[in-house]
Amino acid sequence: MKVSLTVNGERLEGDAWGGESLLTFLRDTLELPGSKNACEQGECGSCSVLFDGTLVCSCLVLAAQADGHEVVTVEGLAREDALHPVQQAFVDAGAVQCGFCTPGLVVAVVDLLERVPRPSDDEIRESLSGNLCRCTGYAKIFDAVGLAAERA
Amino acid sequence: MEVLRPRTLDEALALRAEHPEARPIQGGTDVLVELTFGHSRPDALLDLSEVAELRGFTQEDGALRLGAGLTYTEAMRAPLATRLPALAEASRTVGSPQIRNRGTIGGNLGTGSPAGDALPPLLAERAEVELASVSGTRTLPLEDFLLGVKRTALAGDELVTAVRIMPSGGAQTFAKVGPRNAMVIAICSLAVVVDTTEGEVRAAFGSAAVTAKRVTVPLADAAELPDLIAEAAAPIDDVRATAEYRRHALRVLATRTLERCVRS
Repeated sequence: MKVSLTVNGERLEGDAWGGESLLTFLRDTLELPGSKNACEQGECGSCSVLFDGTLVCSCLVLAAQADGHEVVTVEGLAREDALHPVQQAFVDAGAVQCGFCTPGLVVAVVDLLERVPRPSDDEIRESLSGNLCRCTGYAKIFDAVGLAAERA
Repeated sequence: MEVLRPRTLDEALALRAEHPEARPIQGGTDVLVELTFGHSRPDALLDLSEVAELRGFTQEDGALRLGAGLTYTEAMRAPLATRLPALAEASRTVGSPQIRNRGTIGGNLGTGSPAGDALPPLLAERAEVELASVSGTRTLPLEDFLLGVKRTALAGDELVTAVRIMPSGGAQTFAKVGPRNAMVIAICSLAVVVDTTEGEVRAAFGSAAVTAKRVTVPLADAAELPDLIAEAAAPIDDVRATAEYRRHALRVLATRTLERCVRS
């Protein structure tokens, strides 16, 4: 079936099979591999995207459900000449180890800071509870959230 | 696999009658896992996410009607969180923000897992399930809707359209046992409502029998609740915990949640 949607401000179209997830559609058909494919069951958050402005796991959204909707992936965050402030904060805080969880975390932090510009430690922990870092680099990730909030 | 995408409830019910084999899908947090891991391969999916009538909630004469498409995130916000505090607390323990943004109350009912986090608070508030088909609408008490492990009274041509509740206004809370606060399927869970108008305490537990189950005691006998719940539970040993641990933990949760309600 044809799926036609807006991704990172651009109108795109592609074919998806009925049971296909938005995640594999983004990665394999639209060739946007920034959203990572790990657990495929909503446990790890590495496929996090904004769906009509709401943070979701793209592995749990049907590609067909995205028809006519708007998706922002990690590829859509940076401006032409500069990283998104959250991405820059991750770089500056050294919040990246192997990097696999980073795209999902960056999207989740962008969502958090849009809703709560000055989150408390507890708010940060609860908001990022759906994003796993198997390198266990959480302390630097929390530092990056603080840094991004401070700079905003 | 065909994806049917109705825009209105009438369209959805007509498609449901024509394609009883189609798997209804709303937020997708249960169904996508089944599809991706090949646990089920239905011929068709009936996507309800565009049906506006299923979204949000309405209030009339103090009664609440929660649309089947109401998300956990929405259930955590005022004014619902004020009217149904135990449901809001339970919603906050579901998965992660990503899951709560997509997962719905209707989906929790449709899946009918004994571990469904929304079920104990809804049972404790004596919720009724609204089921619709092309031939009409019926409501069932939630306890009559839940038949067994992932088995419900939903007929092949019906859809869960809403949950109806008259909030008791009583002190209430929810507690859940698991290895961490997020991303946990309940080892066991308990909702308690102290209903002073009815002069009773209603509790409902999850993950400790084939369905979530309610236990009611007169207010004067509230102290017996932990024992009554432990007796009513019929837990099993599984990968998450032993039956013995579940029964013990329910007793502890009953004591704690009662204390919280009495103090508040």
